[in-house]
Amino acid sequence: MVHVSATPVLALRGVSKRFGAVQALTDVELEVHAGEVVALVGDNGAGKSTLVKTIAGVHPIDDGVIEWEGKPVSVNRPHDSQNLGIATVYQDLALCDNIDVVGNLFLGREIKRRGVLDEVEMERRSRELLETLSIRIPSVRIPIASLSGGQRQVVAIARSMLGEPKLVILDEPTAALGVEQTAQVLDLVERLRERGLAVILISHNMADVKAVADKVAVLRLGRNNGVFEVKTTSQEEIISAITGATDNAVTRRAARTTAEAQK
Amino acid sequence: MSIDKTRTTAGTAVDAPAAAADAAPAVDPRLLVREQGFAGYIGEFKRKMRAGDLGALPVVIGLIVICAIFQSLDSAFLGAENLNNIFVAMVATGMMSVGIIFVLLLGEIDLSVGSVSGVSSAIMAVMSVTHGVNEWLAVVTALAAGAVIGALHGFFFARIGAPAFAVTLAGLLFWNGFMLQILGSNGTINIDGDGVIGKLTTYYFSDVAAAYLLAVVAVAGYFLSAFLGNRRREAAGIPSRPLSDIVLRTVLLAIAAFGVAVIFNQYKGLPLAVLLFAIVLVGTDFLLRRTAYGRKVFALGGSVEASRRAGINVTLVRVSVFAIAGLFASVGGLFWASKIAAANQSAGSGDLLMNVIAAAVIGGTSLFGGRGRTWNALLGVLVITSIQYGLALKGIATPIQYMITGGVLLATVVIDSVTRKTQKSAGRA
Repeated sequence: MVHVSATPVLALRGVSKRFGAVQALTDVELEVHAGEVVALVGDNGAGKSTLVKTIAGVHPIDDGVIEWEGKPVSVNRPHDSQNLGIATVYQDLALCDNIDVVGNLFLGREIKRRGVLDEVEMERRSRELLETLSIRIPSVRIPIASLSGGQRQVVAIARSMLGEPKLVILDEPTAALGVEQTAQVLDLVERLRERGLAVILISHNMADVKAVADKVAVLRLGRNNGVFEVKTTSQEEIISAITGATDNAVTRRAARTTAEAQK
Repeated sequence: MSIDKTRTTAGTAVDAPAAAADAAPAVDPRLLVREQGFAGYIGEFKRKMRAGDLGALPVVIGLIVICAIFQSLDSAFLGAENLNNIFVAMVATGMMSVGIIFVLLLGEIDLSVGSVSGVSSAIMAVMSVTHGVNEWLAVVTALAAGAVIGALHGFFFARIGAPAFAVTLAGLLFWNGFMLQILGSNGTINIDGDGVIGKLTTYYFSDVAAAYLLAVVAVAGYFLSAFLGNRRREAAGIPSRPLSDIVLRTVLLAIAAFGVAVIFNQYKGLPLAVLLFAIVLVGTDFLLRRTAYGRKVFALGGSVEASRRAGINVTLVRVSVFAIAGLFASVGGLFWASKIAAANQSAGSGDLLMNVIAAAVIGGTSLFGGRGRTWNALLGVLVITSIQYGLALKGIATPIQYMITGGVLLATVVIDSVTRKTQKSAGRA
């Protein structure tokens, strides 16, 4: 069951972003509620990554408002975003191959006991966390290098959960994963939703989007090109929104002729 | 004794061949329950050997082979006096090697440590002998100079973005010139053998109790920390090592510690230099493996980008690591000066730099970053110094020494590369 709260956890209102001569985002609107998975789709260069980076605080926005739980906030640094409760898992997972799972989960926020690393407490909490997320890995004490791609991905997602975020952004979590591993990651996304988290999922894979997302927000050339309810929308409709198949000479002529006919 | 503690909980499959369990990482964790007790420990050890996780084993075997060869050539090799000389002589190179291990853990290299050690001994000698400054003040100044020089290299590398290789190569030349400049025209400054520096390598705790006390403290300290750590793990309900495992390790350590203590006491007692080296090894190992700072150093050796995103101040850690390398280069320089009782123009030149790096690598530190422990310095420098002293004992000239040390280094790197391949195929690169 999906319980959607009235106030969105995160709302973007008319967000714009320029890089020099390039208008990367124009008046983008986006709403994410708690316990909801919103898939963000679009072609290469549509502005998905830029949008995510504005939310994550990597690129401050030029225009528009970011609202967090109904209140406008300013997100200028990655730190601001983390403090709000936004966790971002980037496509390149940012794990250290030579350090074990526990070390990676707690990297940069180690638990200390009298100034010394508290390995026991970190291991206990790691096991607890992996258990609640039903993540299966051979051992929490093996280096990341010995894990498969899917296991690394779930470790990276689990790592983002340690800060107890309210919104998790996943940048192409299933890219380069096999069938079974993709299923593991999608299972995990569903468990995040069950725990009442808001999830923004960036993906190129329509099957994944259809499988886990509640809503699909389409970006095209830096603008909104529709938000669809997954249950009531066909894959073709989403794809035509992504590719702009609804916006071509034929449709424009049809629109013109109907407009003329109405005169 | 240096089998990685963090990996011992990996466990071995009960009813599947270990290699197959490792190759199929999606296996249910419930299958990976380690057999309890001693049998499980042996199984774990076998599995590690098969998977290419050799740890310190090749070095230890190499050391035994070296000792056997030289002992058969000259029965004085394993005599108390020669072994004592090896233990004291290794400290200078070993200290510098500890510093270079920090840099190697980042996946970088510091080529300037030899020259920096020369600068340090020159500063100390010029201040205390030529200008009559208090010797302690001279020592502190020399150490501080080493750390500042290292931090300077780190600044050019971390902040300006110049390759560490090039920066420290420039440092190699610059600081060698700097040392010659401050030593002045006469070139050699002799050091008072009864001073602080003189005593560094000549002072022995002649009371036999000293060496045994150190051995007892080491063994008891190891056992207590392992035992209490295990108790905490049990209390927290996470996998812990069987008591038999801890006891076995403690017994092995005790044999080594008391064996060395007996050797010391057969000669002049516990050397001050060895005590200081032991303290440095324990201290740096603690720093690297038990503190957040050490975790940051390893993280940087694994992935710079991941470290940056985890909020680690990359520049600060890099600069500090080079400062540590400079500091230990400087410590090594003081031990070197103490050993030859002088600061001279050849300090820090010759094969010193190569020996320092070779010791770290022979001991098991990876040249590619992220893998290694400061204990590697002890094993590596023991190998190198043993070869030097063994050959010197037979009166074999320097050219042959260089060739043999080079051969050992190559063999080590080959073993490292081969085990790395095995580890990859066994899924634990």
